[in-house]
Amino acid sequence: MSTLPQTQKNTTAQRKPLLSLSLVALGLTLFSAAAPLAAHASDDVVNVYSYRQSFLIDPLVKAYEQKTGANVKVVFASKGLLQRLQSEGINSPADVVLTADINQMAEFEAENLLQPINSATIAANIPAQYRAPDNMWTGLTMRARALYTSKTRVKPGEVTTYEDLAKPHMKGRVCTRSGKHPYNVSLLASVITAKGEKEAEAWLRGVKDNLARRPQGNDRAQVKAVMEGECDVAVGNSYYFGKMITNDKKPEQKEWAAAVNIVFPNQNDRGTHVNVSAAAITKSAKHYAGAVKFLEFLSSDDAQGIYAASNFEYPLKKGVALDPLVASWGAFKADDRNLSEVVSAHTAATKMMDTVGFDH
Amino acid sequence: MPQTVASPDPQSASPRFKLPSIDVWAVGTLAVAVAVAMPILWVLGLALTPSGDIWRHLVDTILGRLVWNTVLLMVGVGVGTFVIGTGTAWIVTMCRFPGKRIFEWALLIPMAVPAYVIAYVYTDLLEYSGPIQGLIRDAFGFETRHDYAFPEIRSLGGAITMMTLVLYPYVYLLARAAFLEQSVCVLEASRTLGKGPWTSFFKVALPLARPSIAVGVSLVMMETLNDFGTVDFFAVPTFTAGIFDVWLNMNSPSGAAQLASMLLMFVIVLVGLERYGRRKQKFHHTSAHIRALPGFQLSAPVATLAFFACAIPVTLGFIIPAWVLGAYAMDFYQDTLDANFLTITGHSLLLSGLAAVIAIVLGVFLAYSLRLGQVSWIRTVTRFAALGYAVPGAVLAIGILMYLGWLDNTIDGWARGTFGVSTGLIFSGTVIAVTFGYVVRFLSLSFGSAEAGLGKITANMDGAARTLGAGPMSTLKRVHLPMMQGSIMTAALLVFVDCMKELPMTVILRPFDFETLATFVHQYASDELLPEASLAALTIVGAGIIPVILLSLTIARARAGQNAQNIEPTLIDLEEAAP
Repeated sequence: MSTLPQTQKNTTAQRKPLLSLSLVALGLTLFSAAAPLAAHASDDVVNVYSYRQSFLIDPLVKAYEQKTGANVKVVFASKGLLQRLQSEGINSPADVVLTADINQMAEFEAENLLQPINSATIAANIPAQYRAPDNMWTGLTMRARALYTSKTRVKPGEVTTYEDLAKPHMKGRVCTRSGKHPYNVSLLASVITAKGEKEAEAWLRGVKDNLARRPQGNDRAQVKAVMEGECDVAVGNSYYFGKMITNDKKPEQKEWAAAVNIVFPNQNDRGTHVNVSAAAITKSAKHYAGAVKFLEFLSSDDAQGIYAASNFEYPLKKGVALDPLVASWGAFKADDRNLSEVVSAHTAATKMMDTVGFDH
Repeated sequence: MPQTVASPDPQSASPRFKLPSIDVWAVGTLAVAVAVAMPILWVLGLALTPSGDIWRHLVDTILGRLVWNTVLLMVGVGVGTFVIGTGTAWIVTMCRFPGKRIFEWALLIPMAVPAYVIAYVYTDLLEYSGPIQGLIRDAFGFETRHDYAFPEIRSLGGAITMMTLVLYPYVYLLARAAFLEQSVCVLEASRTLGKGPWTSFFKVALPLARPSIAVGVSLVMMETLNDFGTVDFFAVPTFTAGIFDVWLNMNSPSGAAQLASMLLMFVIVLVGLERYGRRKQKFHHTSAHIRALPGFQLSAPVATLAFFACAIPVTLGFIIPAWVLGAYAMDFYQDTLDANFLTITGHSLLLSGLAAVIAIVLGVFLAYSLRLGQVSWIRTVTRFAALGYAVPGAVLAIGILMYLGWLDNTIDGWARGTFGVSTGLIFSGTVIAVTFGYVVRFLSLSFGSAEAGLGKITANMDGAARTLGAGPMSTLKRVHLPMMQGSIMTAALLVFVDCMKELPMTVILRPFDFETLATFVHQYASDELLPEASLAALTIVGAGIIPVILLSLTIARARAGQNAQNIEPTLIDLEEAAP
């Protein structure tokens, strides 16, 4: 009998840390759960869901916050923001959506998650062909899906079109990222709108047959692969060229860029495929006025200048100068058919990637 | 089995608060089971909603590839871990050779490395631009890829190799425990009857250990099915990768749910097969006669072979990855620190700790409820509640996201309608959502350990305690919990570490602007920035080593006595924790 009280004593002593630990944990949970709610209280807040990477958006957010004193909270993700917004419904904290690609934005619109942007400023800043007809979204910057060719192993004029990527002389010489990545889906969608599904599929199969390796890595990694001799031609967005050339933090990227020429394809026919980064206001936005203000800033001279200078993108606002480096790549003819055509071919393009088994 | 039928003890006559007719244990068990089942039911429900022509498209294009790749991956990893795990377990248990004592515990250590981390490291080493191929090109003067042949690491074979290297310890652990438990007399009988060591191994020891090995291999296969980080990085189209693709790239939740339901069926078949394989377990160990293990002295060449057989998995599975990450961390730790490393680590610790505590509390509750065993359906319900481990994280994540979104908006709608107040999002996108996911997935670990721990306590104890006037709760607190401490601590650690590594659910369910070590490493490595994330990757590995060391110590203790009776509960717990 004498052992029983002792056992009890021990037990209580040992149980207590567990109990207090769970209480602390619970408290922390509730605190973190309440934190986003607290943010709603203030009115000078804009909550942003961004598919664009933080290193591209942070300078703009900082500039806006400094200028206005507002508090911009950004959530970065490469996938799943739409699904999240959908499941959160009318209670979503998000006010603004930023996408890196027109099709990503089109999906938000198709799922009825957006509301019109009522702003004369934006309408004046951004040309109409880069905005949704119903003002559901606006483009902010433009970029080209360019080709990067090896300076040593690709002769001038050897690759001048997207179609060249599928030709026999490129066998085993092409590198690209995953076919399921929005940039490549949009490129394929643009080929579908230009040539029709049948021809586009033949083209995609041709490119697949010419790949030097399975699609992998990001756009910069393709340029690196060209430098390393793994392949001769890479597909990549134009601004990465500038980002690599000026990368002091990772100087090896300068070497990658130095090994390639940037080629804007299809200059003699439809032009180079271009895409826009876009912004929209969510249907459930709690800070509509603040969101409009933020988007107006993004379309302003200041922000467009930052986009041009620090991100090496093509500003959409007329009169904003290109970065000298970007200007040095020369003017190019863009495939400027209405972006909505590319959007309408998006589903077909996604499926075609599967049908062809581009990544596998 | 102890009975909880109210005993007419004098204390209950005192005017204390009582719940006369509600059985807390039965109701609580049912509540936990329902909460845990919700995400899975949600997925199944969602799968029944029409998905347009997505399904048609999947059947026409990728479905066959998904099934084929998933099967190949599971079979490959299953065979690989079986061979390495069982082989090394047999060698270190039965033979004497240099390094044996170190290998006994060192063979477990690769378990601490998440599959996606090892995949990042080996890609870095073995890809075209990596140091190995660079060296080959320099040495032979090759210029381009076409000049020589080198296996592609980002492939199905690569994924099988990576997962085998970090998952074989599951099989090793259970196979070794089984070999230690076996009566040497049985083996001696086999040898006396004229069988050589090889035949004895294949004809006697291996079949006797089969149930444990089957548990190990099925655990491995479930981990394989669950993997997202590796197959995503290697672009191997498995079910899990397909679910993410259909859901996020094609924006078809119902299509993803249909894939997920198919995957669930896969898992159910797997669990069924595993249980079928285990059904005869009770008939083993007919001889209680146990003596010291023989410890065959190996001749020098054979001993060398044995040494390398054990050294290679440890080197490839742990030493090289840890070395590479360590070297990167020396150069790039500042980058990781600059990226809010401490906050991120705090997030990981908070989530994993929270989930571990909750999983333990619920696991003990369920196990004890099962022990009380008043209601006949409780066994079925608790089994169901412990199914989560078999459900891949990607599937659970979809279910939880949809379920919590619905719950939040329902509560909000009700509150608006009734009180005119919006409650907003209570669960979605919070720490609660992620923790919920972790608990659902890892509850079976804590439940299994608690059940095993309780199973070792004789029912006479319950009887004695109850006769002395203690109620069920008080008996649990004063008698059982102190006795099960070891099992509970082990289970808590296992849950904690599994949560630290968890990737697919964390990616989807985490609050925004909220990185954990796992998501941080995944994001950076996917962006070709492994060196910058190496410190974070090392931290995950470091956390994973703690329970491995504990398990190793346990094994060392078991060996010290050379006696199977000395195996601490932990080993068996892990085995019995298997769903």
